[in-house]
Amino acid sequence: MKISQVMELLDASVICGEDSLGKHVYSACGSDMMSDVLAYVKDQSVLLTGLVNSQVIRTAEMMDMVCIVFVRSKTPTPEMIELAKESGIVLLASDKRMYEACGKLYASGLCGNGVKNGK
Amino acid sequence: MENNLNFHFAVDGNDFTSAGLASVQLKKALRQLGLDPETIRRASIAMYEGEINMVIHAGGGEADVEVSEDCIKITLADHGPGIKDIAQAMQEGFSTATDHVRSLGFGAGMGLPNMKNYSDKMEIESTPGEGTTITLYINI
Ligand SMILES: Nc1ncnc2c1ncn2[C@@H]1O[C@H](COP(=O)(O)OP(=O)(O)O)[C@@H](O)[C@H]1O
Ligand SMILES: [Mg+2]
Repeated sequence: MKISQVMELLDASVICGEDSLGKHVYSACGSDMMSDVLAYVKDQSVLLTGLVNSQVIRTAEMMDMVCIVFVRSKTPTPEMIELAKESGIVLLASDKRMYEACGKLYASGLCGNGVKNGK
Repeated sequence: MENNLNFHFAVDGNDFTSAGLASVQLKKALRQLGLDPETIRRASIAMYEGEINMVIHAGGGEADVEVSEDCIKITLADHGPGIKDIAQAMQEGFSTATDHVRSLGFGAGMGLPNMKNYSDKMEIESTPGEGTTITLYINI
Protein backbone atom coordinates (compact mmCIF):
# COMPACT_ATOMS: atom_id res chain seq x y z
CA MET A 1 0.00 0.00 0.00
CA LYS A 2 0.98 3.61 -0.35
CA ILE A 3 2.22 5.66 2.58
CA SER A 4 -0.80 7.90 2.07
CA GLN A 5 -3.03 4.89 2.85
CA VAL A 6 -1.05 4.19 6.03
CA MET A 7 -1.77 7.77 6.95
CA GLU A 8 -5.49 7.47 6.34
CA LEU A 9 -5.82 4.17 8.20
CA LEU A 10 -4.12 5.62 11.26
CA ASP A 11 -5.62 9.12 11.10
CA ALA A 12 -2.02 10.25 11.10
CA SER A 13 -0.54 13.63 10.32
CA VAL A 14 2.63 14.13 8.28
CA ILE A 15 5.60 15.60 10.11
CA CYS A 16 7.94 15.51 7.15
CA GLY A 17 8.25 13.86 3.75
CA GLU A 18 5.00 15.06 2.13
CA ASP A 19 6.59 14.49 -1.27
CA SER A 20 7.00 10.77 -0.65
CA LEU A 21 3.46 9.86 0.39
CA GLY A 22 2.97 8.08 -2.93
CA LYS A 23 5.76 5.57 -2.18
CA HIS A 24 4.73 1.96 -1.76
CA VAL A 25 5.42 0.00 1.41
CA TYR A 26 5.15 -3.75 1.68
CA SER A 27 5.69 -4.62 5.31
CA ALA A 28 5.73 -3.06 8.74
CA CYS A 29 6.90 -3.69 12.25
CA GLY A 30 5.99 -2.20 15.60
CA SER A 31 8.54 -1.93 18.38
CA ASP A 32 10.02 0.33 20.99
CA MET A 33 13.17 -1.81 21.01
CA MET A 34 15.49 -0.75 18.22
CA SER A 35 17.59 -3.84 18.98
CA ASP A 36 14.69 -6.04 17.86
CA VAL A 37 14.03 -3.96 14.78
CA LEU A 38 17.66 -4.40 13.76
CA ALA A 39 17.40 -8.15 14.22
CA TYR A 40 14.05 -9.02 12.66
CA VAL A 41 12.95 -6.61 10.01
CA LYS A 42 13.16 -6.69 6.24
CA ASP A 43 13.54 -3.64 4.09
CA GLN A 44 10.91 -1.55 2.34
CA SER A 45 9.04 -1.25 5.54
CA VAL A 46 7.29 0.98 7.98
CA LEU A 47 8.39 1.29 11.58
CA LEU A 48 5.74 1.98 14.20
CA THR A 49 7.18 3.10 17.50
CA GLY A 50 6.49 5.00 20.69
CA LEU A 51 10.19 5.62 21.27
CA VAL A 52 11.47 9.12 20.69
CA ASN A 53 15.21 9.60 20.19
CA SER A 54 17.64 10.03 17.31
CA GLN A 55 18.42 6.32 17.22
CA VAL A 56 14.92 5.64 15.94
CA ILE A 57 15.74 7.58 12.78
CA ARG A 58 19.22 6.05 12.46
CA THR A 59 17.82 2.54 12.91
CA ALA A 60 15.29 3.17 10.15
CA GLU A 61 18.02 4.57 7.94
CA MET A 62 20.29 1.56 8.53
CA MET A 63 17.38 -0.74 7.67
CA ASP A 64 16.46 1.16 4.50
CA MET A 65 13.02 1.88 5.93
CA VAL A 66 10.99 4.58 4.25
CA CYS A 67 8.44 5.60 6.88
CA ILE A 68 8.24 5.92 10.65
CA VAL A 69 4.91 6.24 12.47
CA PHE A 70 5.04 7.66 15.99
CA VAL A 71 2.14 6.18 17.93
CA ARG A 72 0.55 7.32 21.21
CA SER A 73 0.82 10.96 20.12
CA LYS A 74 4.60 10.99 20.51
CA THR A 75 6.33 13.83 18.73
CA PRO A 76 9.88 13.73 17.42
CA THR A 77 12.36 16.44 18.29
CA PRO A 78 13.43 19.05 15.69
CA GLU A 79 16.80 17.28 15.53
CA MET A 80 15.11 13.98 14.65
CA ILE A 81 13.03 15.69 11.98
CA GLU A 82 16.22 17.10 10.44
CA LEU A 83 17.82 13.64 10.40
CA ALA A 84 14.73 12.16 8.77
CA LYS A 85 14.70 14.84 6.09
CA GLU A 86 18.37 14.22 5.31
CA SER A 87 17.64 10.52 4.89
CA GLY A 88 14.41 10.97 2.96
CA ILE A 89 12.34 9.18 5.59
CA VAL A 90 8.65 10.06 5.98
CA LEU A 91 7.58 10.80 9.56
CA LEU A 92 3.94 10.36 10.56
CA ALA A 93 2.24 10.89 13.92
CA SER A 94 -0.88 9.12 15.11
CA ASP A 95 -2.73 9.21 18.40
CA LYS A 96 -3.51 5.49 18.12
CA ARG A 97 -1.81 3.12 20.49
CA MET A 98 0.65 0.55 19.20
CA TYR A 99 -1.70 -2.44 19.30
CA GLU A 100 -4.47 -0.72 17.40
CA ALA A 101 -2.17 0.93 14.88
CA CYS A 102 -0.44 -2.35 14.01
CA GLY A 103 -3.78 -4.16 13.89
CA LYS A 104 -5.28 -1.70 11.45
CA LEU A 105 -2.34 -1.93 9.07
CA TYR A 106 -2.14 -5.71 9.33
CA ALA A 107 -5.86 -6.11 8.69
CA SER A 108 -5.49 -3.96 5.59
CA GLY A 109 -2.86 -6.21 4.12
CA LEU A 110 0.45 -4.80 5.28
CA CYS A 111 2.31 -7.92 6.33
CA GLY A 112 4.63 -8.45 9.25
CA ASN A 113 7.43 -10.09 7.35
CA GLY A 114 9.09 -11.16 10.58
CA VAL A 115 11.89 -13.11 9.06
CA LYS A 116 15.21 -13.17 10.69
CA ASN A 117 17.79 -11.03 9.03
CA GLY A 118 21.20 -12.12 7.94
CA LYS A 119 23.25 -12.96 4.94
CA MET B 1 46.43 -3.22 -2.77
CA GLU B 2 46.66 0.36 -3.90
CA ASN B 3 42.99 0.80 -4.66
CA ASN B 4 41.73 0.13 -1.15
CA LEU B 5 39.61 2.84 0.44
CA ASN B 6 40.02 3.62 4.10
CA PHE B 7 37.70 5.43 6.45
CA HIS B 8 38.36 6.38 10.04
CA PHE B 9 35.72 7.43 12.56
CA ALA B 10 35.99 8.47 16.20
CA VAL B 11 32.99 7.28 18.19
CA ASP B 12 32.08 9.61 21.05
CA GLY B 13 31.19 7.66 24.16
CA ASN B 14 29.51 10.53 25.96
CA ASP B 15 26.86 11.32 23.43
CA PHE B 16 24.14 8.77 22.86
CA THR B 17 22.36 11.14 20.49
CA SER B 18 25.22 11.15 18.00
CA ALA B 19 25.83 7.39 18.22
CA GLY B 20 25.45 5.90 14.76
CA LEU B 21 26.88 8.89 12.93
CA ALA B 22 29.86 6.88 11.72
CA SER B 23 27.57 4.17 10.36
CA VAL B 24 25.45 6.73 8.52
CA GLN B 25 28.60 8.20 6.98
CA LEU B 26 29.85 4.77 5.99
CA LYS B 27 26.52 3.95 4.41
CA LYS B 28 26.71 7.12 2.30
CA ALA B 29 30.26 6.36 1.23
CA LEU B 30 29.39 2.77 0.26
CA ARG B 31 26.42 4.02 -1.76
CA GLN B 32 28.72 6.37 -3.64
CA LEU B 33 30.92 3.42 -4.47
CA GLY B 34 27.85 1.88 -6.07
CA LEU B 35 27.93 -1.36 -4.07
CA ASP B 36 24.97 -3.73 -3.99
CA PRO B 37 22.25 -2.36 -1.61
CA GLU B 38 22.02 -5.61 0.37
CA THR B 39 25.77 -5.63 0.99
CA ILE B 40 25.60 -2.00 2.07
CA ARG B 41 22.73 -2.77 4.39
CA ARG B 42 24.54 -5.67 6.03
CA ALA B 43 27.73 -3.67 6.51
CA SER B 44 25.99 -0.63 7.91
CA ILE B 45 23.73 -2.52 10.32
CA ALA B 46 26.66 -4.57 11.63
CA MET B 47 28.72 -1.43 12.10
CA TYR B 48 25.81 0.40 13.72
CA GLU B 49 25.38 -2.37 16.31
CA GLY B 50 29.11 -2.24 17.01
CA GLU B 51 29.05 1.52 17.29
CA ILE B 52 26.11 1.45 19.70
CA ASN B 53 27.94 -1.18 21.78
CA MET B 54 31.03 1.01 22.01
CA VAL B 55 28.85 3.88 23.25
CA ILE B 56 26.69 1.97 25.74
CA HIS B 57 29.26 -0.52 27.04
CA ALA B 58 32.71 0.93 26.49
CA GLY B 59 32.68 4.74 26.67
CA GLY B 60 33.36 5.16 22.97
CA GLY B 61 36.13 4.06 20.66
CA GLU B 62 37.34 4.09 17.09
CA ALA B 63 36.03 2.58 13.91
CA ASP B 64 38.18 1.86 10.87
CA VAL B 65 36.79 0.63 7.61
CA GLU B 66 38.77 -0.72 4.71
CA VAL B 67 37.03 -1.40 1.44
CA SER B 68 38.95 -3.59 -0.98
CA GLU B 69 37.85 -5.15 -4.22
CA ASP B 70 36.13 -8.11 -2.61
CA CYS B 71 35.63 -7.22 1.05
CA ILE B 72 34.53 -4.56 3.52
CA LYS B 73 36.59 -4.89 6.69
CA ILE B 74 35.30 -3.03 9.74
CA THR B 75 37.45 -2.77 12.86
CA LEU B 76 35.84 -1.47 16.04
CA ALA B 77 38.31 -0.84 18.85
CA ASP B 78 37.66 0.46 22.33
CA HIS B 79 39.39 0.78 25.69
CA GLY B 80 36.32 -0.09 27.72
CA PRO B 81 35.87 -2.79 30.39
CA GLY B 82 36.28 -5.67 27.93
CA ILE B 83 34.14 -8.80 27.72
CA LYS B 84 34.82 -11.49 30.32
CA ASP B 85 32.99 -14.36 28.68
CA ILE B 86 32.73 -13.93 24.93
CA ALA B 87 30.68 -17.11 24.37
CA GLN B 88 28.10 -15.84 26.85
CA ALA B 89 28.05 -12.36 25.31
CA MET B 90 27.41 -13.93 21.90
CA GLN B 91 24.22 -15.63 23.10
CA GLU B 92 20.99 -14.11 21.83
CA GLY B 93 19.35 -12.19 24.65
CA PHE B 94 22.40 -11.92 26.91
CA SER B 95 22.89 -8.34 28.00
CA THR B 96 24.41 -6.38 30.83
CA ALA B 97 22.76 -3.16 29.64
CA THR B 98 21.19 -0.94 32.29
CA ASP B 99 17.49 -0.10 32.49
CA HIS B 100 18.40 3.35 31.24
CA VAL B 101 19.93 1.92 28.06
CA ARG B 102 16.83 -0.26 27.65
CA SER B 103 14.57 2.75 27.94
CA LEU B 104 16.49 4.17 24.97
CA GLY B 105 15.54 1.16 22.84
CA PHE B 106 18.72 -0.92 23.12
CA GLY B 107 20.03 -3.70 25.32
CA ALA B 108 18.03 -6.66 24.02
CA GLY B 109 21.19 -8.71 23.80
CA MET B 110 20.91 -9.04 20.04
CA GLY B 111 23.78 -6.80 18.96
CA LEU B 112 26.68 -9.24 18.83
CA PRO B 113 24.55 -12.08 17.37
CA ASN B 114 23.30 -9.60 14.77
CA MET B 115 26.82 -8.53 13.89
CA LYS B 116 27.70 -12.16 13.37
CA ASN B 117 24.61 -12.77 11.23
CA TYR B 118 25.16 -9.77 9.03
CA SER B 119 28.84 -10.35 8.41
CA ASP B 120 30.64 -13.18 6.66
CA LYS B 121 33.24 -13.42 9.38
CA MET B 122 33.59 -11.86 12.81
CA GLU B 123 36.56 -11.85 15.19
CA ILE B 124 36.42 -10.67 18.79
CA GLU B 125 39.47 -9.94 20.87
CA SER B 126 38.84 -8.72 24.36
CA THR B 127 40.83 -8.35 27.54
CA PRO B 128 38.95 -7.47 30.73
CA GLY B 129 40.13 -4.11 31.98
CA GLU B 130 41.81 -3.24 28.69
CA GLY B 131 39.27 -3.19 25.94
CA THR B 132 37.69 -4.90 23.01
CA THR B 133 38.46 -5.09 19.31
CA ILE B 134 35.88 -6.54 16.95
CA THR B 135 36.66 -7.13 13.29
CA LEU B 136 33.89 -7.73 10.80
CA TYR B 137 34.35 -8.94 7.23
CA ILE B 138 31.59 -8.48 4.69
CA ASN B 139 32.24 -10.02 1.30
CA ILE B 140 31.38 -7.91 -1.69
N1 LIG C 1 32.46 -3.11 23.22
C1 LIG C 1 32.06 -3.77 24.32
N2 LIG C 1 32.73 -3.59 25.49
C2 LIG C 1 32.36 -4.25 26.60
N3 LIG C 1 31.35 -5.12 26.65
C3 LIG C 1 30.64 -5.35 25.53
C4 LIG C 1 30.96 -4.69 24.31
N4 LIG C 1 30.11 -5.12 23.35
C5 LIG C 1 29.30 -6.01 23.97
N5 LIG C 1 29.62 -6.16 25.26
C6 LIG C 1 28.98 -7.09 26.24
O1 LIG C 1 28.31 -8.10 25.54
C7 LIG C 1 26.90 -8.09 25.89
C8 LIG C 1 26.08 -8.47 24.69
O2 LIG C 1 26.20 -7.48 23.66
P1 LIG C 1 25.03 -7.31 22.61
O3 LIG C 1 24.75 -8.65 22.01
O4 LIG C 1 25.35 -6.22 21.68
O5 LIG C 1 23.76 -6.94 23.49
P2 LIG C 1 23.37 -5.56 24.20
O6 LIG C 1 24.24 -4.47 23.65
O7 LIG C 1 21.95 -5.41 23.83
O8 LIG C 1 23.58 -5.77 25.66
C9 LIG C 1 26.66 -6.68 26.39
O9 LIG C 1 25.53 -6.58 27.24
C10 LIG C 1 27.98 -6.39 27.12
O10 LIG C 1 27.99 -7.02 28.39
MG1 LIG D 1 24.47 -4.20 21.61
